[in-house]
Amino acid sequence: MRKIAGLLTFNMCISLFAQTESDALFMAKRNLCGGFVYGNTSWNHYWEGTFYRDNANIGSFKSNAVMAMANYGIGNGLNIIASSAWIDNRVTAGTLIGQKGIQDLNLFLKKELWAKDIKGFNSSLVAVGGVSAPLTNYVADYLPISIGMRSKTVSMRLLGDVQKGHWYGTASAMYTRRNNVTIDRNAYYTTEMIYSNQVVMPDVFSYNIRLGWRDGADKYFELLADRMNTLGGFDMRKNDMPFLSNNMEAFRVGFNVKYPVPVLRGLSLMATGMQTLSGRNMGKATTLMAGVVYQADFTKGDKK
Amino acid sequence: MRTSLKCIVLLSVVSMASCNKEITQRNMQFGALNPDKIDTSAGKWEPVLLSSATEFACDLPIAVTSPDYKLQLLEIKSRQAHMTDADEAALKYWSAGTVLRWNEILRELVAKYNLPPYQNPDGTYPIPSSANPLAYPYFPFANPPYAARAYAYVSAAQYDALVTAYHYKGSYRRLRPSAVDNTIKELVPVVKDFAYPSEEAVVAGATFGMMSLLFPGEQDYLQEKLNECIDMRILAGANVRSEVEAGVKLGKAVAAKFVGRARTDRAEKAVGTPADWTKLESDAIARGETPWISQESPKRPPMLPLFGRTIGFLMDTTEVINNRPPAPPSTGSAEFAKELDEVLWYSQNASREHMRIVHFWGDGAGTYTPPGHWNAIACEDFANLRFSEVRWARNLALLNMAMFDAAICCWDAKYAYFNPRPSQVNNKIKTLTGLPNFPAYTSGHSTFSGAAATILGHIFPGRAADYMSMADEASKSRLYGAIHYRSDIETGMNMGKMVGTKAVNRAKTDGAD
Repeated sequence: MRKIAGLLTFNMCISLFAQTESDALFMAKRNLCGGFVYGNTSWNHYWEGTFYRDNANIGSFKSNAVMAMANYGIGNGLNIIASSAWIDNRVTAGTLIGQKGIQDLNLFLKKELWAKDIKGFNSSLVAVGGVSAPLTNYVADYLPISIGMRSKTVSMRLLGDVQKGHWYGTASAMYTRRNNVTIDRNAYYTTEMIYSNQVVMPDVFSYNIRLGWRDGADKYFELLADRMNTLGGFDMRKNDMPFLSNNMEAFRVGFNVKYPVPVLRGLSLMATGMQTLSGRNMGKATTLMAGVVYQADFTKGDKK
Repeated sequence: MRTSLKCIVLLSVVSMASCNKEITQRNMQFGALNPDKIDTSAGKWEPVLLSSATEFACDLPIAVTSPDYKLQLLEIKSRQAHMTDADEAALKYWSAGTVLRWNEILRELVAKYNLPPYQNPDGTYPIPSSANPLAYPYFPFANPPYAARAYAYVSAAQYDALVTAYHYKGSYRRLRPSAVDNTIKELVPVVKDFAYPSEEAVVAGATFGMMSLLFPGEQDYLQEKLNECIDMRILAGANVRSEVEAGVKLGKAVAAKFVGRARTDRAEKAVGTPADWTKLESDAIARGETPWISQESPKRPPMLPLFGRTIGFLMDTTEVINNRPPAPPSTGSAEFAKELDEVLWYSQNASREHMRIVHFWGDGAGTYTPPGHWNAIACEDFANLRFSEVRWARNLALLNMAMFDAAICCWDAKYAYFNPRPSQVNNKIKTLTGLPNFPAYTSGHSTFSGAAATILGHIFPGRAADYMSMADEASKSRLYGAIHYRSDIETGMNMGKMVGTKAVNRAKTDGAD
């Protein structure tokens, strides 16, 4: 099985949605899948706390990114996934300068815990452990334009998947522990003055539901909904800039599709669309992504 | 396979458990204030506003033999017998110094209130009203000039109140509780001088009185802080109730005089009128210059255009005008074009180190402003210098009066010349930080920082060179950030040093040096 699932989506809370690890599909042992995805996220309205507004001094927020990723089958039912992205963020109005560069490295170890056919329902349980850390010295304390949040994270996802014929459903929940972030300022205001260059980042809980049709791992179409929220954090005040430790929430819906290229064996195309429906201290983002992935089987030529 | 699963779980659990997220704040590391000099002669130091240390009366203390006083000693013992963990934390917090902690409270409120109002549906902007501080837009908008003035009034009121307190302490010579009754335990270092009126309570009363004018929507919060501040003196065994009560009363009386001055220092009129705003623009055009135009959308009126007429503490209006720097390069000149190109270069060639400097010194909306940043710098140094409370107040008063007058001089120049920001003239110039909504010349950061570094270098000569290099970095951060021309920052720095020197001259003759 070789799929890199939902793709990186980037908005005001970029690293939270690195769902390269949120499905029940596995690369077979000694199979490698690698690919590139181009993505575009934009918004022109955001939630300042719970106040939904536009801002003529920002205009539209535009993010363009190219993500590279790889998924390798260490064993059957055991994958390691790596991804990183180059991101270019800018705003269309006002004077603030854009930011671009390489963001974080995300690593996941994905393990099938249990799989069983129950009366024609192929069911499985999967655990995914993840870590992430910034790869470059990018500026974090410049939201919404900064390309990431610089927090080193550790995450754990539990996922259940049921398939009947070609139809399937997947549900998962993830907890992300976010480490403190060091910023360039040595004092800042949240709901009180903090005299430190360290920012305490609230942890993140998210869950995700997908329903779709699949034929093997190369051909699928799914609809998904996800919700993330930080466990704590504070609201932006009126006319304030966003901050790393804001209380962030987003509920999004979207689709994923993957289809093998007919002639070129091993090559597949994928596309994703996501729309934020509600949120807090985040942009009402629309994300579109398209990518190409290639699968290599290193077991070929091995003696049978 | 089982091993790898265990690895995942173990890795996650270890990382989640191993690092505590709690952060260490610098201002919570300050030890208890334990001055190396008592400054007993401070009652003779020159006040800022009061005619003399005896302008306000302080009633005779009750006799230590009186039943009331004895009851008050019992109150200390009873308070100490019922100490909670929260009391212990509050005791430690306030023991670092009363002037210090009230300065921090002020910085916090400045940051809280330093946000520009959100626009009306018709694209105009509401103006905060002191008569209705709790309705949006909250009063005040604690922008840099407002903040500079607030820091100056609070610090100067604290200083004058303490000069008065030291005078009465010396004349009444009331022994501290533990010297009257040796069974009283002192839980913090207590200065071995006189206890009536309580100087900490004087500071609390003066600050409360002054800040009630400056942040009228925060009276409950300020009252809570005042209660805690004086309660800790009693819990510490440092003062009896009548000493703190006399202190609060005296502090409030001194503050009332400063409040009266603040009401008539012309700052309330600094917002100007639409007619004033239009005239600034047409005057600049009449001089043949490109006028400043707000780059905000919708266009926001310029920040406090008449603040240059506010009456400062170190310079009068005539002096401000006489010290106004010459005009910046004309917007049509080759020199201007050259400076504009330099800004564009910094905008397009921002290094990570330049970004760090820009953000470190940014001090924009939602922060304690550049004057607040210099207060933080000063306080972190003073905390190691073992000043008495009155010397703390005097030094912060000098610093903040210098920055207040620097703000006045700077705002005078900004609106005398009304010149455009670089990004207004060349829209290729993108800024690394928020673009302030007022003219460019001279740079506020540079003027504040030049003034602050000059007076701080006098107060603490051992760090004079450091302060100057910090000021230089703060100043350059505005050019790196692509929001100021070189002439803004260089002239601003010189103007700041000029104002700082006036504070130094005062320091040399105020009796404390």
